Amino acid sequence: MEAVVFFVAAIGALGGAIGVISMRNPFYSVLALIVHLFSLAALFLLLTSAFVAAAQVVVYAGAVMVLYVFVVAYVGGGGESAWEPIPGQRFLAPLLAIALFVELSIAVLGSALKALETHGPDVGAGFGNPAAIGRLLLEKFLLPFEASSILLLLAAVGAIVLAARRSEGGNIPDAAGLAEGDTPSKHSPSRLEGVSPSAPASGVKA
Amino acid sequence: MNITWYIVLSSLLFATGVLGILLRRSPLVILLCLELMLNAGNLALVAFSRMVGNEQGQVFAVIVMVIAACEVVVGLGLIVAIFRRRLPLNVDDLRELRG
Repeated sequence: MEAVVFFVAAIGALGGAIGVISMRNPFYSVLALIVHLFSLAALFLLLTSAFVAAAQVVVYAGAVMVLYVFVVAYVGGGGESAWEPIPGQRFLAPLLAIALFVELSIAVLGSALKALETHGPDVGAGFGNPAAIGRLLLEKFLLPFEASSILLLLAAVGAIVLAARRSEGGNIPDAAGLAEGDTPSKHSPSRLEGVSPSAPASGVKA
Repeated sequence: MNITWYIVLSSLLFATGVLGILLRRSPLVILLCLELMLNAGNLALVAFSRMVGNEQGQVFAVIVMVIAACEVVVGLGLIVAIFRRRLPLNVDDLRELRG
């Protein structure tokens, strides 16, 4: 039973990954990545890590993929002038990828780790549940936990600065103007409206 | 299932992500392939944590998810900024920093 679930989820994960790199339209790539993420969540459940599986579905397949879908819808799919790389890249790249896979497999299988051939030790029912992970995060890994929260905050601020609309005609990123906030330029009534992916950017159409 | 199966699957997924980065030209798809590689690393972390019988590897996987979310946010912000300046969304055309 466990083997059946493993192989179904593995085929889903691999098929999703191949779909991501083979679809022409980025929108379909995002959908394939969602399939991949759900299959990985099933694999995490098989490895008795319920919290990571739930976080995978909620954070990745939920939040991050919605962000991707919005940006793909805003930027527009297609338009990839694909398959005109440096000569031979189309044939060289799969060879290099296969070489990497073989190398990684040799490194793992040749590592002489005895426990690789087992299921792992028997663990109690509470292994990997939210209580255990939360205790680890708040006791042993408190500093990385807080550092990652600061990193998330910085990433959010950085994304706003990057994606906010520039002042008209100027190429200078007006991060300073964004920080001041009390000197709106005369042509852009609201500087932050451009953050919304659905707001049509008038400058782009011009 | 042996842990070996999970590790081999993880390296296969990682190689797939590398292949995508080598082949595709669109920055959006390259970001998606980065996600593939990070998730392959996550799978290896969780499998090894099961092998050792210790949950600390799963904490690492959660932190990797946070890093991936940050990378996606900044990357998509860059893509939107590139699009706003009417530059081509193609990594072969965006080569100013190459020198």
